[in-house]
Amino acid sequence: MTEATAPSRTEPQGFSLSAIPLWGQFAAIIIFGVLLSLVWDGATRWPEAWVIPAAQWITDFIEWLKSEATIFGVEFKDITRGIGAALKAPVKWAEYLLYRGFKGIGLGPLPWVAVAAGVVIFAHWVGGVRLAILCGLTMIYLATFNLWKDSMKTMTIVIVAVPMAALLGITLGIWVTRSKTASRIFSPMFDLMQATPHMAYLAPVAALFAFGPVTALIATVIFAMPPMARCTILGLQTVSSDVIEAGQMSGCTKRQLLWKVALPSSKRTLMLGLNQVVMQTLAMVVIASIAGATGLGHKLLYSLQQLRLGVAIEQGVAISLIAIVLDRLTQAYAYKETDHFVAGKTFVQRHKHLLLFLGILVASYIAAEFFRWVKIPPSKFIWGSGDAKTVLFDAKLLARHMDQAIRDFNVVAFDYINPIRDWVTIWILLPVRDFFLWLPWPVFVGVIGLGAWRLGGMPVLLLCLALMFSFIVTGFWVETMKTTYLVLIAAALCVIIGVPLGIWAARSERVANIIMPICDTLQTFPSFIYLIPAIMLFRIGDFANIFAILPYATVPAIRYTYLGLKRIPPVTIEAGIANGATRMQRLFKVELPVALPEIMLGLNQTIMMALAMTAITALIGSTDLGQEVVRSISTQDFGRGILAGFFIAALGIIADRLIGSWAAERKRQLGVA
Amino acid sequence: MPTDAQIKCRNLWKVFGDDPQGFLRRHKGNPSPEALKEEGYIGAVQDVSFDVNQGEILIIMGLSGSGKSTLIRCITRLNDPTIGEMEYEGRDLLKLSERELIDLRRHKFGMVFQNFGLLPHRDVLENVAFPLEVQGISKADRVTRAKAMIDLVGLGGRESYFPRELSGGQQQRVGIARSLAVEPDIWFLDEPFSALDPLIRAEMQDEFIRLQSMLHKTIVFITHDFEEATKLADRIGIMKDGRMVQLATPEELVLNPADDYVAEFAKNAPRERIVSVGAIMQPVTDAASGTVPMSAKIGAVAEQVLTSENPVAVVDESSGTIVGSIDRQTVATSIFGTRSSEGTRAA
Repeated sequence: MTEATAPSRTEPQGFSLSAIPLWGQFAAIIIFGVLLSLVWDGATRWPEAWVIPAAQWITDFIEWLKSEATIFGVEFKDITRGIGAALKAPVKWAEYLLYRGFKGIGLGPLPWVAVAAGVVIFAHWVGGVRLAILCGLTMIYLATFNLWKDSMKTMTIVIVAVPMAALLGITLGIWVTRSKTASRIFSPMFDLMQATPHMAYLAPVAALFAFGPVTALIATVIFAMPPMARCTILGLQTVSSDVIEAGQMSGCTKRQLLWKVALPSSKRTLMLGLNQVVMQTLAMVVIASIAGATGLGHKLLYSLQQLRLGVAIEQGVAISLIAIVLDRLTQAYAYKETDHFVAGKTFVQRHKHLLLFLGILVASYIAAEFFRWVKIPPSKFIWGSGDAKTVLFDAKLLARHMDQAIRDFNVVAFDYINPIRDWVTIWILLPVRDFFLWLPWPVFVGVIGLGAWRLGGMPVLLLCLALMFSFIVTGFWVETMKTTYLVLIAAALCVIIGVPLGIWAARSERVANIIMPICDTLQTFPSFIYLIPAIMLFRIGDFANIFAILPYATVPAIRYTYLGLKRIPPVTIEAGIANGATRMQRLFKVELPVALPEIMLGLNQTIMMALAMTAITALIGSTDLGQEVVRSISTQDFGRGILAGFFIAALGIIADRLIGSWAAERKRQLGVA
Repeated sequence: MPTDAQIKCRNLWKVFGDDPQGFLRRHKGNPSPEALKEEGYIGAVQDVSFDVNQGEILIIMGLSGSGKSTLIRCITRLNDPTIGEMEYEGRDLLKLSERELIDLRRHKFGMVFQNFGLLPHRDVLENVAFPLEVQGISKADRVTRAKAMIDLVGLGGRESYFPRELSGGQQQRVGIARSLAVEPDIWFLDEPFSALDPLIRAEMQDEFIRLQSMLHKTIVFITHDFEEATKLADRIGIMKDGRMVQLATPEELVLNPADDYVAEFAKNAPRERIVSVGAIMQPVTDAASGTVPMSAKIGAVAEQVLTSENPVAVVDESSGTIVGSIDRQTVATSIFGTRSSEGTRAA
């Protein structure tokens, strides 16, 4: 139906059917869709008989792959088994090293004292005393709160996944910069992969590989790789042409130019890519607990499901601290300048950090033979002995007390919280949800389609139509609408909260100095931990889910608003002042209109992050697409999970193309592209 | 001046666009500016022919966008010309294999870049030794050689500094040392001092003159600064819109500019340092008192002539005979120009 109102591509603003204003076109589509739904039930709910059982096909296909398929005479299941076995080896070694110990040769795992000292020493080397203190406190926290072993389990996958994702990313990145074909294939793929939420990766990988750490590892590597590839591409493409030409004129071969000139010159960008890989890996590993990753994420999920909130908070803090430490360490390493070689320093002086670590390592292995607490951190500190002994600190007891305290707090707080939650749920959330569930699909398709057409022309329209019909004809309309409703409400709230904060920060240096670091920190945390306060305050339900999305997805709204306003050329603002605009007039008539494209890109990011987070709220209970993914892994009905993951990504792509096209066009009009 | 050509360029074209080869073929290798414009092609280098002679400093000068940087990149084959012929010591530069080209760059060519092009992850010594390293020269040898180069450019003692720890002038000294490390036969300098502030620039120009007086390289030097060009050049090629408008000695450019564009540059030139007495002398006159040498620049004799009531006799130093005379009027007009309105030019 949108075809009928087709404008010509050359003049998207004024076309032959311009007799009908834009609102009229939208109104016509909506009225048509509603009327259609009155006379034809199929417009409300896609007719059962027309549903394409794609989910079943995929499940059957995977079944066939796993049982019968052969590729070049090799059974497919042997291939996946081979990959699984190959990947299991490094995971095993990391496990031996971090918490299992090398049983064969009678060597224990790294004593926790050695690991903690190693992290602190490394921190001191790359970032100085302050970073070392931060790391030291984190290590002590992990040790005393009885979270050491679970932390090491989590780190097992991290230390295996990070090098793999980094190498894969760098390799693909190099390939993309060298081959046009590779660029054509991979560049859009990396874009797509970055828009795809964590959850969507789990079902397909879990389908091919058995539940367990290898599945978690593969999903993590795939999820964490794109930023490395993109940073590699960016780094290689932004090496100054003088440097490249100097390399060529020095007589470098192509290989020398890459390894001796281009890659080392882009070290900083590569290191920032590594930082992102590490952060993405951690974020994924904790979520991958539903696909068989053990460790902190697994324990946290369990605590949340048991409503043992005291423990959950301890575990959440641990994950957050690990995230902060990994982030700061990799950033410090990225910005660390090569040491200035000073003649006259001895070998020991130059390698004091390394030697100190090796010394502690050996000493702690020996000490571990005599003192148990060197090997495994004590969770209880006891002073004295016999009758005179006092328990100074007991992690388990503390967690129990915290559980109790939170329960007590909730009993009191629920008197105030529950009425608010219920009122909002009944009067706002449910009506909006019901609206989306009532919405006839032709209205949805028509409105989005017309928007896509007007904003991006035929390619965007076709893409959006294909994506929309993919979830309509496969019978996922209800789940998709539930996700859409949650994401839209959450995104609206994020904008309502985030844009004013961004404006405030842009206007006051002092506010910016407070808000921006908070934003940085909020983005450092794996999204999983935002479930903890949501459950603590609101238990389960849509309200809790939306609450969990807010801290995570508001950040881009704040940041893009702030940057958008900050990037306005001073001349533009001065012109406003010179014309006698008041502060308010300046904001609404000059600054916000100019910054709007940037703010809209922030909204785009907010929607992406809200989508990713909605899927994660499935872990504490939801009924939308994310839940389909989680359920598919336990029921082994992978078709539904894979499709649901794809549809989450599809919603993201639709939003991205609509907003992205608008912002690009607007930027072009403003001449700031 | 030695005259055997070390580099020969004939009818070089570098055209940017969808199908530059086909475009040039359609126009028989010589499209008009209108044709370029009409079909949306950009002629960065258009039909440029010239020789670079053994041991000379050839300066290619022009405003930004005139094609001078593209031209030097064509000769060094950082950017291949669309069509044309280039020879280096009789070898066809465009027929070199990848390997031969790398060898040529490793042993014969040296290049200095406007923004230095230093490798940020290597210290001074490693930067200077880099061209030797990629050749596979042993570490001991390349350190010795690099140290000598670092001393040559006056950076001795800073071998372990990183580029970020050096000032712009020092960084360019590293760039120069690196380009000289392989003892190239021909030295390309692409606006080497343009990124430096004026005082440092003057200092580096003097440094360059000092180095060249020791090394006697063949030099192709790019600049947009006419004063710099006249200070350093044996010959100057002036480029405009991709074409080489005039290639001549500084003196010829000032005295016989090929067109208004060259004249405009020459107008602001420090004539007293460029024009020699012989070029503006008048016939021998009996009234002359005192003598000046024919090849002296007028700036050098200005005081003597201006303070002399009478014209001064001009002597050909090689034969010792008087060949002409020069008076106040001639010196004044040749320094300050003929029109009084131009008396305000920047010195």
